[in-house]
Amino acid sequence: MTMSSIRKTYIKSIGGAIVMFAFAIFVMPPLYDLFCEVTGIGGKTSGRYEADIAGVDESRTVRVQFVATNNAEMDWDFKPTVFEVKVHPGQPTPVTFYAKNTTDRDMVAQAIPNVVPNNAAQYFHKTECFCFNQQPLTAGEEAELPLVFIVDKDLPRTVNTITLSYTLFDVTDRFAGKVVQLN
Amino acid sequence: MAHGPSKGIGRWLFTTNHKDIGTMYLWFSFAMFLLGGFFAMVIRAELFQPGMQIIRPEFFNQMTTMHGLVMVFGAIMPAFVGLANWMIPLQIGAPDMALPRMNNLSFWILPFAFAILASTLFMEGGAPNFGWTFYAPLSTTYAPPSVNYFIFGVHIMGASSIMGSINIVATVLNMRAPGMTLMKMPLFVWTWLITAFLLIAVMPVLAGAVTMMLMDINFGTSFFDAAGGGDPVLFQHVFWFFGHPEVYIIILPAFGVISAIIPTFSRKPLFGYSSMVYATAAIAFLSFIVWAHHMFTVGMPLTGELYFMYATMLIAVPTGVKVFNWISTMFQGAMTFETPMLFSIAFVILFTIGGFTGLMLSIAPSDIQYHDTYFVVAHFHYVMVAGAVFSGTAAVYYWLPKWCGKMYNETMGKLQFWIAFIAFNITFFPQHFLGLAGMPRRYADYSLQFADWNMVSSIGAFVYGAAQLLFLYNVIHTIVAGKPVSEPKTWEGAEGLEWTVATPAPYHTFSTPPEVK
Repeated sequence: MTMSSIRKTYIKSIGGAIVMFAFAIFVMPPLYDLFCEVTGIGGKTSGRYEADIAGVDESRTVRVQFVATNNAEMDWDFKPTVFEVKVHPGQPTPVTFYAKNTTDRDMVAQAIPNVVPNNAAQYFHKTECFCFNQQPLTAGEEAELPLVFIVDKDLPRTVNTITLSYTLFDVTDRFAGKVVQLN
Repeated sequence: MAHGPSKGIGRWLFTTNHKDIGTMYLWFSFAMFLLGGFFAMVIRAELFQPGMQIIRPEFFNQMTTMHGLVMVFGAIMPAFVGLANWMIPLQIGAPDMALPRMNNLSFWILPFAFAILASTLFMEGGAPNFGWTFYAPLSTTYAPPSVNYFIFGVHIMGASSIMGSINIVATVLNMRAPGMTLMKMPLFVWTWLITAFLLIAVMPVLAGAVTMMLMDINFGTSFFDAAGGGDPVLFQHVFWFFGHPEVYIIILPAFGVISAIIPTFSRKPLFGYSSMVYATAAIAFLSFIVWAHHMFTVGMPLTGELYFMYATMLIAVPTGVKVFNWISTMFQGAMTFETPMLFSIAFVILFTIGGFTGLMLSIAPSDIQYHDTYFVVAHFHYVMVAGAVFSGTAAVYYWLPKWCGKMYNETMGKLQFWIAFIAFNITFFPQHFLGLAGMPRRYADYSLQFADWNMVSSIGAFVYGAAQLLFLYNVIHTIVAGKPVSEPKTWEGAEGLEWTVATPAPYHTFSTPPEVK
């Protein structure tokens, strides 16, 4: 029972507590994102797709459906201009969404994509997407929001229909005046 | 050589004596127990009949939240820290805790934490109303302004718990009497040592969760906000990574108490001591790898559900070892049924029922039906109330003569036990039926078919609440007018170093360490 052994235990314990605090804030969230990305669960799609596309698999047709949702307290008109397209894997397909700021104030929105079924998320590539940036619209302004996507040729055979959902969030408070790149 | 306690309020404010601090912890936790119990009474009064009678739904939500927070962090945890402060030095033959000044600090920041938490009830927008699990975005985007005070309060109580745990680890690892090897320690010391490690590991995770909430709310980060690329489900993972070990933090010291009391009144040594130690360690380890069984309905992949289901069921094995060991200890023992023993036997029975409903909940496919129903409420009250509160009550009756040198009134103690035991079951057993029939938890109202069992449950709750006032009366009556006892060994069958010191325990004990054979 020496003072120094108590001190050692004390310092080790404090150190352990600090490590666990740092673990919760700095390790768990990135680890969670990484886990979702690797396993493809959560339906999160990745950022801008840069790879080259070699050929189109015309033997296969995949149905892609579009869903647009407003998050709570988001008063915009927001919908896909077409609700469904049929594409061949490997083929870049442009579509647009329509958004109108129906309120009387200037707003900034952020669209967050999600793909169902979850195991299709990592095979759904966006080469261009309005979701990569915030969307500022002045009061009453409307816009066509562009999206170009490619369904990967490695898409599992069991998947015939992919649903791409966008939820529009009001981020005016956070991003007013400084639109930043998200992905 | 040893001097007594100083006089006046300064004794309590500046004390570094483990017995004084233990006493303050116990009284504080009992005050919080009454406060949280009052919130429970409000809840049960509102649920006495269908429809809105007494309070508004917004206030009901604040009551369920505050009840959970106060009971978990204010009543149960400090009660066991108080017992640890009193008993660990006595049980391992140490003169005091290893870090006495930190001990004082860890107690004295607690009243501030709970004053802050309770003050939110009077704030504009009301107290936290998002449930004790404070899931984002309820606790971030949709939270009342008082959420910042809640976060501050949680930080303080977390710091208190961490300091208390460090103290216990430092004491147990460094200050045992010569000859007391780890495998000779009383089981209460063992369970607390393991609990303290759990606390040091997960209380910082809770602090991290509320810190991320704080930053999401006030500093524009998006840990839990999908609009900025975060994920509310992440909150649930972080929370339950803390929350599941937390339930074992609450119950493991209770196991230790029961493992002390049952051998005493069975007049036999504890059956399977080393298996008890290993079972405790196994439970502690498993508690880290099962957290997502609280989240079977968030949309996990099948493999995840299966893993968390089987891992959770695995916990039943070491827990079963414990239950069988307690029963084997009683088997063919010369048993007597004093109040602490009655509470301990009730603990074994009711905790086992709670364990079995836990097993039912661990089955992922059926959990989807039970999730967030009163079945869950019944389950965790069987393990929290009949587990932690019953064992805490047992511990107070068991050690009270040692603490104050007075014997409680056995008749009154037994009366309290039978009222509490019967009323507890009247309160919570019907909630199993309500939950299986589909009554969701955390609502101020319910549809008509749930009316009868809710009324039964509420009546039970009022009686159970009254039994706690009887407990308070018994303790005060013992201290003021109990029959004095002076032999060191209060109970005929009791073993351990705490029964070798004088009764009542002197202010300073084991100034020279005892020799343990």
